[in-house]
Amino acid sequence: MAPGTARRYPFPKVPMRQFLLALGLLLWLALPARAQDAFTAALPGLAGGFGDIATSVEQLGALADPRALPILRVLQAGQLQKTANGRLLLPGNIDALTGQPADASGAETVRLNNRVRQALRGALGRLQLASPDAAERGAAAEAIFRSRSAEDVPTLQAAIARETDAGVKAKLILALAAAQLVASDEEAKRAAIARLGAAGTVEARALLIEARAANPGMAAAIDASIANIDQSLAIRRAVETLFQGLSLGSVLLLAALGLAVTFGVMGVINMAHGEFVMLGAYATFMVQEACRGIPWLAPWSLPLSVPAAFLLAAAAGAVLERGLIRHLYGRPLETLLMTFGVGMILQQAVRLAFGAQNREVASPAWMQGTLMLPGGISVTQNRLWIIVFGIAVLLLVIAAIRFTRFGLEMRAVVQNRRIAATMGIRTGRVDALTFAFGSGIAGMAGVALSQIDNVSPNLGTGYIIDSFMVVVFGGVGSLAGTLVGALTLGVVNKVLEPYAGAVLAKVFVLVAIMLFIQRRPRGLFALKGRAAES
Amino acid sequence: MSASLAAPAPGGFGRMTLRLVLIGAVLVLAMLPALNRLPADSALHVSDFIVTVTGKWITYAILALAIDLAWGYAGILSLGHGAFFALGGYAIGMHLMRLIGPRGVYGHPTLPDFMVFLGYQELPWYWLGFDHFPFAILMAVAVPGLLAGVVGYLAFRSRITGVYLSIITQALTYALMLAFFRNDMGFGGNNGFTDFKELLGMPLNTQAARSALFYASLLLLLGALWLCSSITKSKLGRVLVAIRDAESRVRFLGYDVTQHKLFVFVLSAMIAGLAGALYVPQVGIINPGEFSPGNSIEAVIWVAVGGRGTLVGALLGAFSVNALKTWLTTVAPGLWLFALGGLFVAVTLFLPRGLIGLFSKAPK
Repeated sequence: MAPGTARRYPFPKVPMRQFLLALGLLLWLALPARAQDAFTAALPGLAGGFGDIATSVEQLGALADPRALPILRVLQAGQLQKTANGRLLLPGNIDALTGQPADASGAETVRLNNRVRQALRGALGRLQLASPDAAERGAAAEAIFRSRSAEDVPTLQAAIARETDAGVKAKLILALAAAQLVASDEEAKRAAIARLGAAGTVEARALLIEARAANPGMAAAIDASIANIDQSLAIRRAVETLFQGLSLGSVLLLAALGLAVTFGVMGVINMAHGEFVMLGAYATFMVQEACRGIPWLAPWSLPLSVPAAFLLAAAAGAVLERGLIRHLYGRPLETLLMTFGVGMILQQAVRLAFGAQNREVASPAWMQGTLMLPGGISVTQNRLWIIVFGIAVLLLVIAAIRFTRFGLEMRAVVQNRRIAATMGIRTGRVDALTFAFGSGIAGMAGVALSQIDNVSPNLGTGYIIDSFMVVVFGGVGSLAGTLVGALTLGVVNKVLEPYAGAVLAKVFVLVAIMLFIQRRPRGLFALKGRAAES
Repeated sequence: MSASLAAPAPGGFGRMTLRLVLIGAVLVLAMLPALNRLPADSALHVSDFIVTVTGKWITYAILALAIDLAWGYAGILSLGHGAFFALGGYAIGMHLMRLIGPRGVYGHPTLPDFMVFLGYQELPWYWLGFDHFPFAILMAVAVPGLLAGVVGYLAFRSRITGVYLSIITQALTYALMLAFFRNDMGFGGNNGFTDFKELLGMPLNTQAARSALFYASLLLLLGALWLCSSITKSKLGRVLVAIRDAESRVRFLGYDVTQHKLFVFVLSAMIAGLAGALYVPQVGIINPGEFSPGNSIEAVIWVAVGGRGTLVGALLGAFSVNALKTWLTTVAPGLWLFALGGLFVAVTLFLPRGLIGLFSKAPK
């Protein structure tokens, strides 16, 4: 080997994590030999009577020896055995002291009584608090928070002093407050009540309510803390509801934007719109399957499926408009029935091609997980992305209508078809393109829906009625109305849900829209003037 | 083009011929339960299946009549008539559930099985009275009528017409479906009502009950046909057709359009409710699936296929589409939805006047 290479790799290539783990283990083993002697000395007590066992457990818990943890866990599970000559056997007949296989003849289970169990809980918690794994320490802190006893206070204080991980430290501080709440130190108890109040969690609230009965002298302080918690819980709940409503609203917005173009702008009522959404979702599925074999492409299959879904649904829309709908212009009821039939055929065709069962579309890694905002507000990433996507599509549609040649021709044809034709605009082509555009937007909605709903042949039917409601509520032919309508319906649905349940909330919203149309038959953002009369 | 949809043009399929065909068809239908009583090896024997299925189709035909009265004559395309049909079905279903009495699986003297299962202690108030047959029939007419009255009043008053009305009625049946799927509504949730035992003292699984229900349906069909045709022939009917063709002009002439539309919509809903009340004892089950928007729109296509604006067309459509459905779903189940979807497309594009239109000359 060339000297240069040797200098570049002075150590064998070990992954960093494993290396650190090994280093940690070495450090543990290199701890003062006294601890190991104490371990060896304390262990045989487990083979004795209940009193001996409890003492031994307490001694083992006080040691920071990694070998004690598995043995105590086995003991807690009631699987530790002892032989007549005082050997302790782990499951699989392994000697607890030497780690070697041993003769199990005449072994009996080590029995537990309540005193031992109590000692075990404390010892296990303390041992876990000393664990090198942060997740384990966090779990231990949560366990102590739940089981809290006054004896935990010194242990926790020691643990907090040496803790380096901020998340675990916060949990430890809460656990300490919980323990101090049941301890006898009045001063510490007052501080703990304030700290629990600031924590603002449901668990802390339950603890405080429990403590209120035991400490009548501190009722005022506790009540203040509870009120504090209630307030922050209410704020958090409101923000989360608002977020869920906005996310549902942007789903509705995506599904309704296409309708706002085909129904709102062209006046064509397309009951197959939901099926175009469904086609978009299946396009997402197909792109994902196509990318599956190519490792560098696979994480990007979702962004890739946006144009794919748009093109597939737009092509289907263009064929539908040129082939069928154009023969029924001016006969909206017939168009409604005809497109319903087309939707039925599309649904059945997809069912035969892909099967009736749900298809799985995976979320890419960058869309998964939950985002924790300050104040303990949790927000799921994919919902956040759908809001972003909905806004992006809305801007795209506005830009396409306002700033492109196609948008200009489209508006011209809508305002006065004959004059537009006289000016040399091919109105038939514009009709087909407009309808294809609206259908393509439905396809893009399908990409978003594939992330939060089952991809199945009847995916679209669940959204079509809501989307029509959005367009009718917001005002036909108004994109601003569609945006406001979708977000309003989404938020109102989610606000009502905790009181009425998801289904009744939907019913209420439908009834409310029917009543609303009484006041404003042309929707929230009604078109004014001559165009509105047609 | 107004009256031409309602009456065959001279030189076409004559009114007399039509009447003869209709009478013949009714006579054939009336024979079916009698032929069912013949011994099974007789050449003329009609199976139980055919009697039940034809009885079911008759109730569908009544529903089609109701839709045609509103859509074909007054231009109100309701995509929620299945809801009125299902509400009528639920009303009679509640009666049938009460009649089960202590013979349920749990043997509770008054509570239906699903209520015992869900831990109800006593009957909800809205179940009271349904142990009486006349009350149940009254409710099967009144509840759909009331719902149609409220929805129709709100919609027609603010001049919601055309596709907007269609979408609202579709949303209505969708909302009702969601509501009836809930267990705590007290209507059996997902499973609805089934396991009926008897009606008016007749065990439902007997030949006698089948023929009785069949004849009741046939009588109701004839009654509804008579009622609808006398309405369409009256001055009221002409105003309805005028509203369909030029609503604003009728309003300017001084007619109260809202009241006319409301009348026909409510009447139509009541007929649909009665049809549902006869449907449920024959098929032996009612569940929230009957409220699904697809059912309502399928009923609309029966009328479109037969020929809207002619009462006979509605009947023809209901029987022919359902015959096709029964045949196709046994021969090739995967094809039925293609065929139904194709019917929607073909009828709207090529047969705007339906099958009846094939027999009568196109209007000038």
